[in-house]
Amino acid sequence: MLYREAGQFKTNYAADMAIMPILQDRVGLGVILFIAAVLIPWLGSSFLIQAVMIPFLIFSLATIGLNLLTGYTGLLSLGTGAFMGVGAYACYKLTTYFPGVNILIWVLASGFFSAIVGVFFGLPSLRIKGFYLAVATLAAQFFLSWCFIRLPWFYNYNGSGAIEVPTRYAFGVAVTGATATDTTRYFVVLGFVVAMTWLASNLVHGRIGRMWMAVRDMDLAAELIGIRLLRTKLLAFAISSFYCGVAGALLVFLWYGGAEPAVFDVNLSFFILFMVIIGGLGSITGSYFGAALIFIMPILLRYIPPKLGIPVYPATVDHIQYMIIGALIIFFLIVEPNGLARLWQIAKQKLRVWPFPY
Amino acid sequence: MHLLYLIFIDPFVQMASAPDLLVQTLWDGLVAGVLYSLIALGFVLIFKASGVFNFAQGIMVVFAALTLVGLHEHGIPAYLALAMTIAVMFGLAVVVERVMLRPLVNQPDIILFMATFGLTYFLIGLGELVFGGEPKVMIARQLGLPRGAIDIKFAGGFVSLQKIDIAAAIISSLMVAALALFFQKTRIGRALRAVADSHKAALSVGISLEQIWVIVWFAAGLVALTTGIMWGARSEVSFALEIIALKALPVLILGGFTSIPGAIVGGVIIGVGEKIGEFYWGPLLGSGIESWLAYVIALLFLLVRPQGLFGEKLIERI
Repeated sequence: MLYREAGQFKTNYAADMAIMPILQDRVGLGVILFIAAVLIPWLGSSFLIQAVMIPFLIFSLATIGLNLLTGYTGLLSLGTGAFMGVGAYACYKLTTYFPGVNILIWVLASGFFSAIVGVFFGLPSLRIKGFYLAVATLAAQFFLSWCFIRLPWFYNYNGSGAIEVPTRYAFGVAVTGATATDTTRYFVVLGFVVAMTWLASNLVHGRIGRMWMAVRDMDLAAELIGIRLLRTKLLAFAISSFYCGVAGALLVFLWYGGAEPAVFDVNLSFFILFMVIIGGLGSITGSYFGAALIFIMPILLRYIPPKLGIPVYPATVDHIQYMIIGALIIFFLIVEPNGLARLWQIAKQKLRVWPFPY
Repeated sequence: MHLLYLIFIDPFVQMASAPDLLVQTLWDGLVAGVLYSLIALGFVLIFKASGVFNFAQGIMVVFAALTLVGLHEHGIPAYLALAMTIAVMFGLAVVVERVMLRPLVNQPDIILFMATFGLTYFLIGLGELVFGGEPKVMIARQLGLPRGAIDIKFAGGFVSLQKIDIAAAIISSLMVAALALFFQKTRIGRALRAVADSHKAALSVGISLEQIWVIVWFAAGLVALTTGIMWGARSEVSFALEIIALKALPVLILGGFTSIPGAIVGGVIIGVGEKIGEFYWGPLLGSGIESWLAYVIALLFLLVRPQGLFGEKLIERI
């Protein structure tokens, strides 16, 4: 009843081509943004903001990044963790050399470093694809992890081998380090994620996105209609790595506050890949769903049983969490190989025709 | 100039001046290579028969070894535990086929690949939940595997060969030979090859795909168990083996996804290349290059010969 576009007439082409042609969708987006930007910082507890929302948004950003590459362009990558690491270390080095500069600029700039590295490791994608490409990106993953551990230049030659985030300012407000408040960090992360989601949405609905999808669906045909494969694939690698790089910088600077190289190991790559798969390949909305499910579910597993009076050991939770993630992945692949985004589509369709079945 | 000398000449001078060290390094590489081949072999078996890229092979190794050690810790005699582990691997094959493969028939490769990711996580969780997460010691002695080392005099030095490594090499060769015989000479083996050739054609002549998949996953489980015992006897049984499993990927690229001899040769090349590279060129870069050298070797190889050493030429790859 509520979700029905009857009576919403389009009077010009722009309205017809809008990404959200239905009024209810636009209202829904407005409500979500209102909740995220006003209600959560106003009413949410410190735990909700610091331990749930900030990492959730950052992982969503990384998931969008990988989705651009794997979901939209069809290039399987297992190097996400390393590309995020490049972003984090680039940001760290930049802010070490230029401490006075607005940290937000360096977070964005670190994305460019990640993009360059991504393009370099994306070069084999012209010649190989599928599992073979996955192994090539795995080479990137292990090589870069090794660099973060073995080259002391990356962590400024300090003894621990880990990077420690210094206090840095943007427009006179502490954004990173111990003095930054949760709310400030949250707004910074939210700003980045919203802006970059908007950008990604425009990218995939435009010429570039269509080129990517053409390459994904059949690269030979795409080449025949005049899409230059090398450029398109490398562009996908560059933009995807840019997103991952920014996400990595945000991860370390605004959430962890410090990081060892082990943070960016191959497990992080898998983690992000799961979010993409569960959320739905080739869907920006799905990236959020995937990140929410994979990231927030373990938190719920950890905090809900004690509330209900069921005693569990933290280690047991870890193991069960692994089992549940694994089972969920298989379950979703069987039930809906196109992920949560597809379920959301089906739900919307059901709502439109409700109370009739068709 | 000095750098060029260090890269291109100095390692070979070192090799020539200390041949015993070279042989020792080669042997270590060979042994590591055999274990990589064994993991790769499990991949190849499943890939050939069902077209599934089984990411979970590595974790099946750990799971099998953990089950074996865990059962023995509960007081079950070693050989009985071995038999029970084999039964567990068979059960796993049946469950995987029923719960995972059957509903996913006809899905794109990437979906099946992802499903094995799910299986990996599930097995990690299950293994840790049942047997605990801490590393365990393989029951090599109880299984009658030899221990200790043989020192051989060679070129003015010693080469030390671990007996367990020799046993591993012999057992793996026996297993590969048995598998080859099984594939070539038996009825089921013929059916397996038919399925590998074409699912549809195999179905149309009355071969049951479900049955074949169970058999193949069981065979891969047996390979995993052997690998687990051998690897566990050399170091320890823990989930760190997972990283080793990822090493099987470059081996597969080198050998080709569908070739059993390819898996063996690829494994040995990667193992030897890695150890030689680490020993002679590693110090130049700061050690630990072992972690990525295999991938870089595979990557370079991929650019030259995308179908692998023995693989079938597929359009999909390039």
